[in-house]
This record gives sequence, C-alpha cells and structure tokens, in this order.
Amino acid sequence: MSSPTDRVEKQVQLNAPLDRVWRALTDSKQFGEWFRVNLEGPFVPGEFCRGQITHPGYEHVTMEVIVGEIKPQTYFSFYWRPYAIDPQVDYSGEERTLVEFTLEPKAGGVLLQVTESGFDKIPAGRRDEAFRMNSGGWAAQLNNNIKAYVEK
Amino acid sequence: MSKSSRHAAAARLLKSAALFAALGDGTRLEIVSKLADGSQQSITQLTAGADVTRQAITKHLRVLESAGIVRSAKIGRETRFALQPRSLEEAQRALAAVSQQWDAALARLKNFVEN
Repeated sequence: MSSPTDRVEKQVQLNAPLDRVWRALTDSKQFGEWFRVNLEGPFVPGEFCRGQITHPGYEHVTMEVIVGEIKPQTYFSFYWRPYAIDPQVDYSGEERTLVEFTLEPKAGGVLLQVTESGFDKIPAGRRDEAFRMNSGGWAAQLNNNIKAYVEK
Repeated sequence: MSKSSRHAAAARLLKSAALFAALGDGTRLEIVSKLADGSQQSITQLTAGADVTRQAITKHLRVLESAGIVRSAKIGRETRFALQPRSLEEAQRALAAVSQQWDAALARLKNFVEN
C-alpha cells in the first residue's frame, strides 16, 4: 500500500457526453483552455508536450508533460513536475508525479476520477514550494477566477 | 503546563537533541547544505568537492538517515539521497495544496464541458 502522503485522488461527475469530456482532456488545445496552459502540440503517448501557463501570475512558467497512456474514451495519463514554477531552478534531475484520468459513463454523463501519485519521491524543499504557492494565494486566486468565469 | 503538553515538549526536545547531534559535525552539515536546495544526489555527487572519502560520506549519510534528516531512494542502479520532509504534517499540508489546485482545475473542466 502506498503511504498516505503519496497521492491525491479526486472525483467529479460531469454532466456532459463522454466524447465531449474525452476531447476536453486529450485534445491539448481544449485541455489548455480549462487547465490554463498554451500547449504547443498534441498529446502523443511517450512524447513531451510543452506550453506556457496562462494562469494570471504564472505566465512565466513552462509546463512540460510526458504523455503516458491513452486508451480511447476511458483512460489518459501523463507525468509532470507539479511544483516546477521557479524559472531560476533547473528541475530536470527531479522525479515526476503521475497524473491519471479515468472516465466512466454514469447517470447520463461521466464520472471522472483524477489521481496524482508519486509525491513521496519529491524532496522536502520542493514540497514546501507547493505550500508556499498555496499560501501565496494560488488557490484563492483560482477560486476567484472560477467565480468570475461562471458568473459572468 | 499540563502533563500532556510537558510530555510533548520533552518528546520534541529529545527529537531535537538527536537532530542536533546528527548535525554536530562539519561533514554532515556540508552534506545537508548540499541537499538544502531540495535536490536528490548520489554518493558520487556528494563526495565531489569534499575532502573526505566516499566511505566516510557513506557513513555520515547513514547517521543522517537514522536521525530522519535525509532519506534514500533507489533510482535505477543508483541510490540517491534527499532531505526528508520535516514532518508528516508538512507533507500533508503540501498535499492539501495540490488537492485544492485539482479541485479548482476540475471545477473549470466541469464548467468547460457542461456549457
């Protein structure tokens, strides 16, 4: 069994057709719209995909993922470095976490499960960064943005 | 001070004592400062630039590891050392931050596919 600090698991019921959700996840342009990143190419298994974050305050950050597996309409995964936000730091020697999306048709929509795992391999100093990012207002800012977006 | 908080304070002191003993050595402090940037390094990397042997570095790493200051992980055929998260609590706090970021991202996804 993995340690309690190794993974984050999320579930969300999406009231939209499976195909719509699948494209929102695996079409890198659509992914970028809700994730807020300007990805340069398509998601191809085993290949890198990079882009600039478009989230206010983090535009200097380049996101880089290595695509894992793509099983049509059911599963999509990639590896990335979740806290690699300081342009002065070379993160290239560091471990990545694994992000997995699992789709299951449910109640006329899709039950989406997201799992991010591998945090225990990330060194202490970098974990601190995640916390600083959060206390620095990243989460608060996100919440405000969503509110503004859905209420406009 | 209540009995339980005295116990907790004593436990913290003991833990700090072990920590300070482990850090009360120039070579070990040097190792910790090399890892302070959050990097993971092999014994070879940690020996580079040090004026002691690889065996000595290995011995010091063992002391640091048993004091919970560093931890090792095997990556391929190589063992790498990194600073240990200061506490479980800290690691959980970091994870909570990641968790909130996913909540926010998934709320945006929901809005994106449902509209």
